[in-house]
Amino acid sequence: MGRERLFNAAMLLALLAVPLLAWGLQEPFIITLATKVAILALAGVGLNIALGLGGLVSLGHAAFFGIGGYAMGTLASHAQNYEPLFSWPFLFEGSNQMPLIWLTAVLASASGALVIGALSLRTSGVYFIMITLAFCQMLYYFAISWSAYGGEDGLSIWVRNEMPGLNTLDPIQFFAVAFGVLCLALWFSARLARSAFGLALSAARQSEERVETVGLAPFKLRLVAFVISGPITGLAGALFADLNRFVSPTMLSWHTSGEIMIFVILGGVGRLYGPLVGAAVYILLEHLLGGISEYWQIFLGLLLLGMVLFARGGLIGAPVGSGGGA
Amino acid sequence: MTNPVLKVENLSKSFGALKASNDVSLDLRPGEIHALIGPNGAGKSTLIKQISGGLRPDAGRIEVLGRDVTVLDTVARARMGLGRTFQISSLAMEFSVLQNAVLGALGARGRAFGLFRNVMRDAALLETAHDALSRVGLQDVAQQRTADLSHGQRRQLEVAVALTLKPRLFLMDEPMAGLGASGSKELTGFLDALRQEAPILLVEPDMDAVFALADRISVLVYGAVIATGTADEIRNNPEVRRAYLGEEELA
Repeated sequence: MGRERLFNAAMLLALLAVPLLAWGLQEPFIITLATKVAILALAGVGLNIALGLGGLVSLGHAAFFGIGGYAMGTLASHAQNYEPLFSWPFLFEGSNQMPLIWLTAVLASASGALVIGALSLRTSGVYFIMITLAFCQMLYYFAISWSAYGGEDGLSIWVRNEMPGLNTLDPIQFFAVAFGVLCLALWFSARLARSAFGLALSAARQSEERVETVGLAPFKLRLVAFVISGPITGLAGALFADLNRFVSPTMLSWHTSGEIMIFVILGGVGRLYGPLVGAAVYILLEHLLGGISEYWQIFLGLLLLGMVLFARGGLIGAPVGSGGGA
Repeated sequence: MTNPVLKVENLSKSFGALKASNDVSLDLRPGEIHALIGPNGAGKSTLIKQISGGLRPDAGRIEVLGRDVTVLDTVARARMGLGRTFQISSLAMEFSVLQNAVLGALGARGRAFGLFRNVMRDAALLETAHDALSRVGLQDVAQQRTADLSHGQRRQLEVAVALTLKPRLFLMDEPMAGLGASGSKELTGFLDALRQEAPILLVEPDMDAVFALADRISVLVYGAVIATGTADEIRNNPEVRRAYLGEEELA
């Protein structure tokens, strides 16, 4: 446990140090890469609550990522066109303020998670995977055909949204925002894993029968886990859209679901900092190998295969050793 | 005091042509140990499952503490005070022994939606958990991983988790299996005292333990109860001897 903590702290410091160094050397591209790592790690932290703690293999988390992205996209596009989203029953105007956009993203993806969770958690195993995937695909095709917000072409935002007191157009300041949110999410999920709820949820993953026998309902525990997990990934979606100043149906595609899951698995399922390590390795590989070959994902595939076959503890498990868990 | 804690009336359950429970009626009275015996495949596990809520009967009714629970699920019955131990240990294997006991205490509390406070520092839960563990003699291995426990220790932990629930009745499916002679004797003594706290419906293949402990015994053969009575009555019941005990005695 002690070694894993040390390793986690080192990873977080590295994520902070690299962009600071790049800032000093005036390499904004590297800062942007680090920001991307922080945001994608955040998406993984969300999924890890469902997948790692709850054992819920959701292949539909792109739905929440995309809902977050489109929450940002719709609010910001209305703000830049100076037209309200709707005026009845109350006036709802667009906004370019991150706090309000985040709140919308979190509420929208929490509602999405509640609906998707309530329906798909009645199944388990392969059926659960397929149903979450199906919901995600429904949203994907909905976004493609929703021409008011760009349809297939997606939606561009001219200027990055604002955070009170900061200049978000400055890469290092926007990185600080993303990094701050990631730290908060990591802190929260660490608390959650040790809480009464975390204990019960983790027990439901290990033995559903046991949890029922002590009088706790696994379905309720899992639904709450889903409604906590979804919004964290949704918040990451809003930040990701802000990073690119662009939202498109790709954010809702099942590739995105798969990528988020890869972050978690690469780092180590159920490991608190697994998504951070996974996202960092993914972006590094994409950046380094992507320059050499268009087919860099072959190497990612080999790495993933090796991980699953020989190192179930993920990349964190290798230096730290197995065990840990909740 | 004379109202039964558990009342099973005319319970039937079939799997295809197999009648796993055939018009079963039995009850559990306050302060008693009621043992359920029968040869392999007699339908003991199916009956236990129906009583605990994991399996819906085809016909008949089940009453716990005077309330009809036939349509209630496992969770609702556990909350009414039904404490169950499993034949095949059903524990959170990645957890420590203490964590499993704390989970039980959490279930007894009925709320598990605290998201921030460290559950393993909750004094009230820990007290309940430690108390239950020391009663079954597992206090020394409280920090051990459950997966590393011996088979017998897992059975003891099953009982400990049931204790944390402070149940109104126990449903124990082969709690002695794998305990060994001395462990089995210890648990026999423990259950003997436990019946004062809450009555026990006990399924146990260890005949010595059953005849030493049980106030009443029901014999299940081919899904049907062929006799219910005290140890002596069961021992001298010709039908029981023929169906079940006879082979040993004749040989």
